[in-house]
Amino acid sequence: MPDDLAIHARGVTRVYKAKPEPVTALGGIDLDVEPGEYFGLLGPNGAGKTTLIKILTTLLLPTAGTAMVAGFNVVTETAKIRRVINMVAGGEQSGYGLLTVREQLWMFSQFYGLPNREGWRRVDELVEITGLKEQSGQKIRTLSTGQRQKLNFARGLLNDPWVLFLDEPTLGLDVAAARDLREHTLSWKAAAPGRTLLLTTHYMVEAEQLCDRIAIVDRGMILALGTPDELRRRVQAESIFRIELDRLPQNGGLAALTDLPGVLSAVPTDDDATDAAGSDRVALKVALADDSALTSVVTAVAERGSHLIGLAKSEPSLEDVFVELVGRGFGDGDSARDEDS
Amino acid sequence: MTAYRSAPATNPREAADWSTGRVIRTNLRAMFGRAYPRIIGLSREPSWLFFEIFLPFLAVSAFVFVYRALEAPEEYIGFVVLGGAMTAFWLNVVWMMAAQFYWEKDQGNLELYFTAPMHLMSILAGMAIGGLVLTSSRALAVIGIGSVLYGVSYDVNQPLLLMGVFLLTMIPLYGLGMLFASLFLLWGREAFHLAQLLQEPIYFLGGVNFPLAALPGAVVGVVMATLPLGVGLDAMRQLAFADSGVEGVLPVGTEVAILAAMGVIFLIAARLALGYLEHLARREGRLTLRWQ
Repeated sequence: MPDDLAIHARGVTRVYKAKPEPVTALGGIDLDVEPGEYFGLLGPNGAGKTTLIKILTTLLLPTAGTAMVAGFNVVTETAKIRRVINMVAGGEQSGYGLLTVREQLWMFSQFYGLPNREGWRRVDELVEITGLKEQSGQKIRTLSTGQRQKLNFARGLLNDPWVLFLDEPTLGLDVAAARDLREHTLSWKAAAPGRTLLLTTHYMVEAEQLCDRIAIVDRGMILALGTPDELRRRVQAESIFRIELDRLPQNGGLAALTDLPGVLSAVPTDDDATDAAGSDRVALKVALADDSALTSVVTAVAERGSHLIGLAKSEPSLEDVFVELVGRGFGDGDSARDEDS
Repeated sequence: MTAYRSAPATNPREAADWSTGRVIRTNLRAMFGRAYPRIIGLSREPSWLFFEIFLPFLAVSAFVFVYRALEAPEEYIGFVVLGGAMTAFWLNVVWMMAAQFYWEKDQGNLELYFTAPMHLMSILAGMAIGGLVLTSSRALAVIGIGSVLYGVSYDVNQPLLLMGVFLLTMIPLYGLGMLFASLFLLWGREAFHLAQLLQEPIYFLGGVNFPLAALPGAVVGVVMATLPLGVGLDAMRQLAFADSGVEGVLPVGTEVAILAAMGVIFLIAARLALGYLEHLARREGRLTLRWQ
């Protein structure tokens, strides 16, 4: 039932007026997110991720289709939705520079109706959790980008939201600050069961680390949806291994390997990992119908006088999935809408 | 790291089910929450002493010396000092109310206001209350310094009524600011120019530096129908210099009625404009979103 879902979208379309012709930012999105699920929208600039978040957070009306958050309609029940959600965007500069960290959070707590004492208690709790205690009396205009984003994250949790929207939350952060923020997100997940996260990102590691399921979005359409493992399996049905040997197998060589049951192909890799040794070492890319065929490959190699030096299974990345689905990499897309950056 | 904690509500439908009392309390809290940065700004930004007291005081002084050179009635000096104090409120309305949503949009605050569970009128009311507190201190400073320096003597027979007229003037004045907040956002990207446009003409039409009755009748009629600053200032001058013999445009009672009517009209208009703004923002997707 849509009422029981954290997020339910059917045919959500958004067309922006633009010259010379209207821009379709969302082309009919269908999406169901379960309560307690961490869901990621992964896609390049202009994919429509931010537009979808704006619709779900009641900032934008869909041109067509139905969207519900926590069982409430985004068009007609905005007041109820706003009581149970919060939103944090990357690069956010909200608030007032002359306020201190504590004051800024307290001010926002008042917008969510927290009683004064409870508001301060919640502020102090979040300041401590997010590691901003030392900066709590500091004016926010003096904070670093990373500290600022921690503050934004704390602001997003002030009302203990049932659905939290994170729109490119680590945009512009350095590696350590981004990792820190991801860890905080996971801590919140562990501490608040039943709470739902909708994350937009174009960082694959972020989507993989934080999300139970991921939708790959491009040009306003969902191209694929599933767990990270399911998505990877979509582009690679077979098991691929990189096998490094001290020399090519004798008595039939690679052809002997491909004749083995379950072996789909065996070819030398085109990397230069073996060149440095200046010997006969060789690396092979071996495709198997499934993992069980590996034993016969290793045995056959040994029988043909080669010694195994290295063995690794090759996993496709989410970027591989994206390239397979879209036919281009993340950085190659043109932006349909600047806002979706 | 201390663990995150979450409230015990069993489901989001329960969490979203607010009583009327809670809705009202949330809006009141939001109002005072938004007023806070303005009030605290008094002690955080001491530069206002120079920009908002000393500089306006120079303009007041110029008119004082002109009137003295022309041997104008002495109460004109008081008129100018009172007018100078009231300009602080108009500046506050133009720059910190009317243009505020525009700045808030650029900072990304407007998005957050829209997605929070309070009404945007509470935010505007909070800005107005904060602005009123902030500006009252500046206005009092102008009156105090001006009165002492230029020896202004007041003839106040009805101090409570004078205070009441001042407060009543503030309602349509800030109501107008609330209305402009939405209109500035709707009309254009150049809030700075719009704010400037509303500065000098209103000083002139509001009779800030001279008795309003000196303007031609038709202009005075327009002011009486549209400009709370002019109406309020005229009434306050009548009450602050009761024995001077200088007549106002209309009796104080009539001007009080006009101010009350303006208050109701501007607040309703502000509410309607805000509703239209929110609808347009959601429909067009360009008013609340940054960089649009």
